[in-house]
Amino acid sequence: MTDSGALGEYRDPSLARALAGEMQAIRLERPIALMHVCGTHEHTIARASLRSLLPEGVRLIAGPGCPVCVCPARDIDRALEAAKRENVILATFGDMVRVPSSESSFEKAKAEGCDVRVVYSPVDAARLARLNPEKEVVFMAVGFETTAAPIAASLADDLPRNFSIVPSMRLVPPALRFLMARSAGAIDGFILPGHVSAIIGRSGYAFIEEEYGIPAVIAGFEAIDVLRAVRGLLAQIAGGARGTVENQYGRVVRERGNERAQSAIVRFFEEADVPWRGIGTIPRSGLALRREYERLDAAVRLDLPEPAAAVDVREGCRCHLVILGEAEPETCPFFGGECTPRAPYGPCMVSSEGTCWARFEYRSVGRPAGR
Amino acid sequence: MCLGIPMLIIEKSGNDAVAESGGVRKSIRLDLIETATIGDYVLIHAGYAIEKLDTEDALETLELIRQVYRAGRGEDVS
Repeated sequence: MTDSGALGEYRDPSLARALAGEMQAIRLERPIALMHVCGTHEHTIARASLRSLLPEGVRLIAGPGCPVCVCPARDIDRALEAAKRENVILATFGDMVRVPSSESSFEKAKAEGCDVRVVYSPVDAARLARLNPEKEVVFMAVGFETTAAPIAASLADDLPRNFSIVPSMRLVPPALRFLMARSAGAIDGFILPGHVSAIIGRSGYAFIEEEYGIPAVIAGFEAIDVLRAVRGLLAQIAGGARGTVENQYGRVVRERGNERAQSAIVRFFEEADVPWRGIGTIPRSGLALRREYERLDAAVRLDLPEPAAAVDVREGCRCHLVILGEAEPETCPFFGGECTPRAPYGPCMVSSEGTCWARFEYRSVGRPAGR
Repeated sequence: MCLGIPMLIIEKSGNDAVAESGGVRKSIRLDLIETATIGDYVLIHAGYAIEKLDTEDALETLELIRQVYRAGRGEDVS
């Protein structure tokens, strides 16, 4: 997230203030709603209290940008089905550990005796399989394009036979398409996720320009990156022309993205209609293993049963509305009471990428004392 | 989840490399990058370099923002 060396200036607060000041000069004739679809953006926005720097009438909504939050209970149930078996080690990224499944979580399963290990990279999961040849190692493969690329690259290694995955990856462009159709013009512009864009490139969003003409900006993750993106969107909106997709993260994102990463993904996976937690099924928005690599699917290798009806949204939880930007976390009756990062009730409170987590953790930032 | 950490490549052998940031060293993989050499900044995610950092572009962007800053203070931006 941070830039190193000479690029440390990206964190200079006086530059952020200058950008915010300049933005106030843009004349807007109506209230504007902008949406970002990236948990890391929400983290930056909440931590630096960027909403307080926006011109009046500009609302910045957090959309479905956290792969952990949109991972359906069905997929976690499936991984737990595997984990319950005597000879299985379940490997997962740390953010997934406390995400509620229908009735449990990886954390609870571990407390009940299942062998759950946190890994930083899919390479570490494959290593676990090599070190434990008498066991089956199942890797919970969640993430957007950014993570799907390393996962696919790791599958190209000479893998031990006792390694398989639960594929639960999600693609951002189909979700944007879904949001644009659903919001029917209520969203005036999108801030696009920088590291998904590193993989798919600016050209991965060509359909936004061609079919919708809604302004969009690819942005990095420092406060000044986000402020510049908002400024770019407001300038497009005030200009009144048909919206375009601007790349303001040129230090990382290329026009056609990382084609080597795209090939790795396409080699192993094909697009599939999959559910997003609390949202429902979005056409061609997930990645399933191609038939010739089916043996890497834990459901096939371990002959896992189809999970029973999954519970995505627990009673009273508003995460499904938060994910769609249709409810603010603070309006949820559980927020900060029955649902906290320490004891999350809904998926958006689990990961530091979740909208509820970020709002709770930085709830006092930018507010006058005593409020 | 899609967090990417910019790190400097300090050792390289085929697709295996060691990268460093803020004194922390990590073994990383270069499979997803076409050409990367020692001294390049790369963005690391889930153990893989997913893109090379274009430092020239980064510095140009900074200069644009500095101009906004100087303009805000009423300084000559030319």
